[in-house]
This record gives sequence, structure tokens and C-alpha cells, in this order.
Amino acid sequence: MRIALFVTCLTDTLYPETGRAVVKLLERLGCAVEFPAGQTCCGQMHFNTGYRRECVPLVRRFAETFAGYDAVVTPSGSCAAMVREYHERVAEAAGDARLAAAVRATPAVYELSEFLVDVLGVTDVGAYFPHRVTFHPTCHSQRMLGVGDRPLRLLRAVRGIDLVELPAADQCCGFGGTFALKNHDTSVAMGADKARHVLATGAEVLCAGDNSCLMHIGGLLSRLRTGVRTLHLAEILAAAEEDRAPAAAEEDRAPAATEEDQAPAAPSRSRPVPHSGKSPQSPRTAERSTP
Amino acid sequence: MNGPTFLGTPAFPSAARTALADTRLRHNLAHATTTIRRKREEAVAEVDDWEALREAGRAVKERTLRHLDRYLLQLEERVTAAGGRVHWARDGQEAARIVVDLVQATGEREVVKVKSMTTQEIGLNEALADAGITAYETDLAELVVQLGQDRPSHILVPAIHRNRAEIREIFLRAMGEHGRAAPADLSDDPQELAEAARRHLREKFLRAKVGVSGANFLVAETGTAVVVESEGNGRMCLTLPETLISVVGIEKVVPTWQDLEIFLQLLPRSSTGERMNPYTSSWTGTTADDGPGAFHLVLLDGGRTDTLADPVGRQALNCIRCSACLNVCPVYERVGGHAYGSVYPGPIGAVLTPQLRGTAAESDRSLPYASTLCGACYEVCPVKINIPEVLVHLRARVVDEGRTRKVPSPERLAMAAARSVLAGPSRLAAAQRAAAAAGRLLGRDGRISRLPGPASAWTEARDVPVPARESFRAWWRRTHR
Repeated sequence: MRIALFVTCLTDTLYPETGRAVVKLLERLGCAVEFPAGQTCCGQMHFNTGYRRECVPLVRRFAETFAGYDAVVTPSGSCAAMVREYHERVAEAAGDARLAAAVRATPAVYELSEFLVDVLGVTDVGAYFPHRVTFHPTCHSQRMLGVGDRPLRLLRAVRGIDLVELPAADQCCGFGGTFALKNHDTSVAMGADKARHVLATGAEVLCAGDNSCLMHIGGLLSRLRTGVRTLHLAEILAAAEEDRAPAAAEEDRAPAATEEDQAPAAPSRSRPVPHSGKSPQSPRTAERSTP
Repeated sequence: MNGPTFLGTPAFPSAARTALADTRLRHNLAHATTTIRRKREEAVAEVDDWEALREAGRAVKERTLRHLDRYLLQLEERVTAAGGRVHWARDGQEAARIVVDLVQATGEREVVKVKSMTTQEIGLNEALADAGITAYETDLAELVVQLGQDRPSHILVPAIHRNRAEIREIFLRAMGEHGRAAPADLSDDPQELAEAARRHLREKFLRAKVGVSGANFLVAETGTAVVVESEGNGRMCLTLPETLISVVGIEKVVPTWQDLEIFLQLLPRSSTGERMNPYTSSWTGTTADDGPGAFHLVLLDGGRTDTLADPVGRQALNCIRCSACLNVCPVYERVGGHAYGSVYPGPIGAVLTPQLRGTAAESDRSLPYASTLCGACYEVCPVKINIPEVLVHLRARVVDEGRTRKVPSPERLAMAAARSVLAGPSRLAAAQRAAAAAGRLLGRDGRISRLPGPASAWTEARDVPVPARESFRAWWRRTHR
């Protein structure tokens, strides 16, 4: 089976550790995963904001890039939903029959938890993550894809995890793509309530299957110095006990110390709480697991 | 005794900002929507074939709208045969004029009203007032809104933004000016408040010669109008006056009583979370020596046929005004109804208002964007209106209309720039390197707390991570080639 990773533009740029975690996880489960270099973006931002014309070339690029694969895996529920629900419609609305046919020929696109549970048939992926975690089921994963409890089944099988239920979990966090900018006051008000529920759980980590929602909630948690960090589902599932060896931790710290501006090298996600450095998503540890 | 109208409401983001700062509103709304949401969930969970019912409701609405011309003519014929008179109104202004003329023909100076969204939509109370006719709202919550010189903020519970302490203050202050005053020792006990309203309204019911209503449904096969309500005040207005005038949108037709049965199951559970609503009134034309001797049905288009012409947008006409979408909407829960600048607030208002009124005004153009597209509304809609789909469809309409302007908006420029960056992997990689470099200048400890320009809307309350020094694609190229 030829499996392609659609990493999404956001994760590619801001959260590469999530993409590395997906690769590490799938390889650990015995899958050979490829990253077609021609990929850019699913076009969701343009489509959802009303810029359909601008969306057409992105739909075309997606169909061309992923043609010929058996399956596409993506660490984003909302990007998977965009491709599955709307790509064909964008092509049809543009009156482009050839593009519509190409879209129909695109391989099945799976959100990560769907791929793991439905295609690979696993819930215990051999992860180890001894932290208190709460999970936000993102709207498009739930309501458009219907992933249901797949992410929770995967998380429950993680060794050492203290998984706590998030109150009012089904309520939207308030991100909503360009809504977060166009209606930023309302977006922040919704995010504040989500953050309040996260804090009520006493969790150290907020987990979700979409980095876009995590960027919004995490941005609030970081601004308020709450001591809660955000991690994509893939990063928790990729975490393994051997990553926590002291040697690995030393390797983790090494690149940051050599940077002239002291910016942390790998974990670009802000860390309000000084972390042990034994982060499961460091590039070094991820690399080590690749053949 | 008319309060302010929705005219001049600013665009949604700005109206929302004002509403978000109203702590009492936030508290009242959070409490009310959470309570009603839970009730609806329980009532719906009792029905084994709820999904089949929803599908049936959607299918009946779709079929009826496809043959609307036929059912409307059938309705007119049956209403007329039963002794009623049908008037056709192209728009709200025409409908209001018809009603004013009808009331004036009776020689009366006041009317009692059944709660009705359509008469709000056409600004009937204002039109009547201009003609020297006083309209008394008799729905309890609508009375609170009217006495408080306020605007409705919810389809079902127009005074949802008020708590009982505020209602007590309004009753004490305003009831006496318009009829029987509230007792001076009125408390905020719900029973006492209801009793004060009952006594105040009873005078109006017994005196009124003209009643004005809307209708939840019109049954074409018999020419019957149906009103679904909880208080019985509607039934007073429908039965006691000598003349009854009903203003109804043309999309409210259902072909048969068998079709109606589906909606009478869907509506109460979706709206109030009840198995059945306390009062369902139906009337067919006039009946000798029983109820009003004259019945007028004013059928309103008001943008509905234009909406019908849009293959995606037309599903908004399926709406049975249950307000379930308002109660689950995370945006509505925080900003309330007034920010939507229309009698139709919440998700359904955001898809209905720009279609009925058009998108010429900035406030109406902003409505399709008043949603995160979370989909909670679609999930609960009893007639399966895919509200997120219509919202995105209307956003495209707004954007396409904007393309005709010579000077592009900053947003249009930003979207074009994004499109160009995303056009290919090399451009994206170059942008990622630039973003990482800029991010290192702006950021501290891996986070950026202040972004320049329009992006500052993000960092007003949220940090953003510094873009990774090595993007995923750069890492892949380095490690997998």
C-alpha cells in the first residue's frame, strides 16, 4: 500500500513536530509513508472565506499531487473534511469536468485517527506518555467526518497517560479559520470559555486532532501563562518510553544551545512551563526511528 | 409604544463587541441557552425515529417548495371557499399597507397580536403606529420586549436576554402607562410576574375587536392556518376579536394534514424541549357565530421567491422557526440576538436575512461570516438545513459581489497573496523561510505576542508560535532523500 502524508500548510510551517510524529508513528507501525513534495494546501481558508475562484488551483494541485497513491493520511480533521466534502464541488462549480473527474479519482483521505483505527486496525500504538491530558474533539472531526471516539480509544491505550474528560467538550473553541480574525472578539470569548474548561480539568496537556484549533486555544493558554501546553494527537501517540532516556534528552537540548538567538530549536510551540526537555517530538528522536 | 428597530445596527463584529461587554446579557444567555439545550436533548432522545422524522420533514419541505405555486393557489382557493380572503403582498411594505387598510376599514384604533415573526419582519407595529393604531403584543416575552422599548433577541424567547429581576422592573415601570398597572408590591417570583401580565392582558383581550397573527403552518388541502404556542394568549387573540388578520410567509405552506403531523412532532421537541406544546390552534376561514366573523390571510413574498431561485440557499426556506440552532450556537450564546440586526438572529438569521434583504448593506454582508462553521446548528435542525453550507455559499456571493469594485479590499489582496504563495512548493518553502526569519525577530521564548497590521487582531489576546526554523518539508528533504 502506497501511503501519502498530507501534512497541511499550517503543520508544515508552524508545527513540523506534528508531521515528524506522524511519520515516526506510522513507520513504527510498519507503514512506509511518503511525502509528495508538490503538496501545499487543501484550499479550506479560501473556500470557507468565500474565495472559490482562488481555491480552484489548490484543488487541482491536490488532485495531481496525490494521484496514484492508495491512501492519504492527514493530521487534520478539518483539512480531511475539506477534501472529502468540498473538493468535488469546487471543481463542479468551476465548470471544470476534467478536474471534477480527477478529484473523484483522488485516493481516500483519512484523518489520522481514522487511518489508525479503520485502516491499520490498531488502537494500542505502543505509546508511552505519563502526563495528565485532556482531549478537545474538534468540530469538523466530529460533525463532518464523524470520527467519534477513535481518538479517545487511541489515547486510552497510551501507557502512563492520565486522560481526563473535558467539560463541554463538544462546544466549538472559537477558531473558525478567518473567523478568528474577522470576529476576533467573539472568537476570543469562545476560546476563553474553552480555556476555562481546560483549566478546570487540571490537565498539563490539551490534546486535539487539529493544530488550527490548538493554535487558537494554545495561544490563549500561552498568553495567560496558564501552565498548560497543547500537543497534537500524533505527538502523544508517537511518544515512546525509549525517547525518555537521559541521552535523548541531552541530544534534544543540544541544538538550542548553539543558536545565536536562543530560540528553542525543535519545539516551536510555546511552553509556558519549563519543560523537562524530554519532548517526544524532537527532530532528533524522530529521525532516529526512521530507517 | 414602539421600541427601537434594527435599522442602523452596525456590522456584526462591531455589534458583537458591544454585546460581549454586557456582563448581564452574557450571564442571562449562558444560563438560558444551556437550560433549553439540555431540555431539547432529553426530548429528542426519547424519539426512536428522530432521524427519520427529520428526513421526512426535510423531504416534505423540499417537495412543497418545488411545487409552491400549485400549493399556494390551492390554499387560496380553499381559504376563499371557507369564507376567508387572501391578499398577496410582494414585499413587507405592501403587506404592512394591506394590514393597515384592513384595520382602518374596521374603524378600530387598537389590535391585539399573537407572537409573530413575520409581522416583526415587515415592521407592522411601526406601520400601524404611523396610522394611529396601537398594536398590543400579548405573548408574555413579546410584552416584556414591547414594554421595555426593546428589540426581540430570540425567535422563540424574544426576551431571553432579560432575567426576572429586569422583567419585574419593566412591569412596574411601564405597565401602568398602557393599561392595568402591575401591583406595587410585585416581586420577581415567576408566578407573580405571570399573574401581573395575565391581568394586564385580559383587559386587552376582552376589549379588542381586531386580532393580528402569523401562522406556523398553512395546510393547503383545507385552507387551514395553524398556530403553535405555549401560553394560550395566542388562542385568546385568535378567537375573541371580530376580525382576524394573519400575515404569513409563502414558505409556510404544507400540502396535507398528514404532512403537518411530522412538523407537530418536530417543532415542540426542537424548540421548547417539550413532547407537545400546550396550545395548537387551527382555523379554516370563518365559522358562523363562532370566532372572528372576518378572516384575512396576507401572503408575504418579501424576498422568498428570490431565495427559492438559489439552489443552495433555498433550503433556508425549510425553516420552521424552532430556534434550536440559536440555542446550540456558540456564537449566539455569547453575543445574543441583537447583534444580528434582524428579527431573525442566530445561525438561521445569518442565512435568512442576507437572502431576504440582500447583501447591499454592510451589516447584512457581515452576517454569513458570523459563524465558526462548527456545524452544531446543522446537527440539531429538525428540517436538516445545512446552515454551514449556506453560510459558505453566501460568503462566496459577498466576495464575488466585491470583485466588481475597482479598489480591492485588504482581505482580497491578502487572499490573492496567499493563493500565490500556495501555488507551488518552492514559493511556499520560500515563504516559510521568510516567516521563520521574521518570527525570530518578533518572537521571544518561542512565542510571538504582537503581530503587525491586520494580524494584530490575532495577538490582541492570543500568542502565536514562532514559525519553525525547519519546516516539515525541509526536514523531510534533509532526512528522506
